Amino acid sequence: MDKKIIYLDHAATTYTDPEVVRAIEPYFTEKFYNPSSLYTPARDVAHAVKHARSTIAKWIRANNDREIIFTASGSEGDNAAIFGIANANRDKGRHIITSAVEHPAVLETVEGMKRFGFDHTILPVDKFGMVDPNTVRDAIRDDTVLITIMLANNEVGTIQPIKEIGRIARERGVYFHTDAVQAVGSVPIDVHEMNLDALTMAAHKLYGPKGVGALYLRDGVAFDSLIKGGHQENGKRAGTHNNPGIVGLAKAVDLAYSNMQENNERIIRLREKLINNILENIPDVILNGHPTKRLPNNTNFCFKYIDSEAILLHLDMLGVCASSGSACSSGTGDPSVVLKAMGIPPEVARGSLRMTLGKDTTDDEIDFVIKNLIGIVGKLRDMSPLVD
Amino acid sequence: MPESQRYNETVMDHFMNPRNVGEIKDADGIGLAKSSDHGDTMKLFIKVNNDVIVDAKFKTFGCGAAIASSSITTEMVKGKTIKEALELSNMDVIDALGGLPPSKIQCSVLAEEVLRAAIEDYRKRKTGNEETGVSVGCSGDCGRCKTK
Ligand SMILES: Cc1ncc(COP(=O)(O)O)c(C=O)c1O
Repeated sequence: MDKKIIYLDHAATTYTDPEVVRAIEPYFTEKFYNPSSLYTPARDVAHAVKHARSTIAKWIRANNDREIIFTASGSEGDNAAIFGIANANRDKGRHIITSAVEHPAVLETVEGMKRFGFDHTILPVDKFGMVDPNTVRDAIRDDTVLITIMLANNEVGTIQPIKEIGRIARERGVYFHTDAVQAVGSVPIDVHEMNLDALTMAAHKLYGPKGVGALYLRDGVAFDSLIKGGHQENGKRAGTHNNPGIVGLAKAVDLAYSNMQENNERIIRLREKLINNILENIPDVILNGHPTKRLPNNTNFCFKYIDSEAILLHLDMLGVCASSGSACSSGTGDPSVVLKAMGIPPEVARGSLRMTLGKDTTDDEIDFVIKNLIGIVGKLRDMSPLVD
Repeated sequence: MPESQRYNETVMDHFMNPRNVGEIKDADGIGLAKSSDHGDTMKLFIKVNNDVIVDAKFKTFGCGAAIASSSITTEMVKGKTIKEALELSNMDVIDALGGLPPSKIQCSVLAEEVLRAAIEDYRKRKTGNEETGVSVGCSGDCGRCKTK
């Protein structure tokens, strides 16, 4: 059975672009050296790592290469930023501000900071999943050391007013970190304009390899490294460099931003086609997230009276890969905390479906999904006791 | 999703091709069961003749396991006497499905509950009590409903 796969779960992860694969291949074989070593062959590798650092620094408008710290994942970047900044500045205060719609990599870490004596405030969001910058201003206390609010949400794609929040943080002298794991590559980033002190990214969401990411950390921000050991990354992250990963991350960032406009235009057109067709052809459906301030590739719907797992199983039988939203809750039946924070009732949130497009998504694929989704939703509603 | 969370072929068959979906207009008993935590809802309609369940239909809001559990339950009760049907437990539903992932055992419990609720409703109607047996989370064995 050779079924064609239609992949609409790019927010979960992407394939590695063949161009990226080509770029990193030598770093598994002839360029395997430890870039910290003294001998000549290792210098080439050290140069490649340095080049990767400047490429990333350039695309996010960082001042210098030192501000880029390589990590092993988005989760690590979030953990390192929150622990690293809060703990190093614990004498200034022990209060952290975050939002209700953060990825668990942030929420769980902030929660975990209780063990180190840190208290926190979780800001609410509006029905679009948006944080109101005024609530940030009101939540800042004399002992607030860190604000961590994501750039774009992984479930509903809402893009937060980062610039405004950054301005408030800077005015009040509070450090500001953003989890940009979903945004890097499709949303332009300027760490100065956004008043950022730290930003997290991960390669596997933008056609780079898995197991590598980066943390931008503004020069001069006191930082207590999460992973202690050797003096790599200026003592901010120990561990022998992941040469192929680092080269792959930089290549992926470079490709993504070099082709961003063209890719975004095509993806947004397909996204709008998917959204409009579903809203027009299926009754009792809600589009979750902000209508315009959303990631180019994100769609997220709630189909009333039916359960998302049932929809996903039907789609899977057709070779369509999608998600209920939160990667962590799929299969547990727990409605999404993000949708809950947006005020969506639990029985409605049960019918959520996230489809995230990619740079190779085609019109034919979108047409196929629209046509079949209409049938699937109809079939499941025919057997739902919630429909009269 | 770990392998243990995936559905086997029988479950997938009952999910993709559910048996006996719908309502029975002149049902002799109607049961409703709702899980308190996730809102899964099952509605079961039974037609009874000389104490034998001659027809059963269902409507379910829930995951794949919930739909498959309801589907197989309708198949299992058809042809059974009320007494035999009351002996069915969620374990029989799981066995008939060839197993359910651990996190989905709850769905088979809901199927047992909706069956008991439908039978309770049937008995109430038979003894002249007009009240429809809408039993949320009925365990079926507390005795308070005087069916024993
Ligand atoms: C917004 C957000 N933050 C953090 C992460 C964690 O990234 P990783 O899986 O690379 O650890 C993800 C990925 O699912 C994400 O979407």
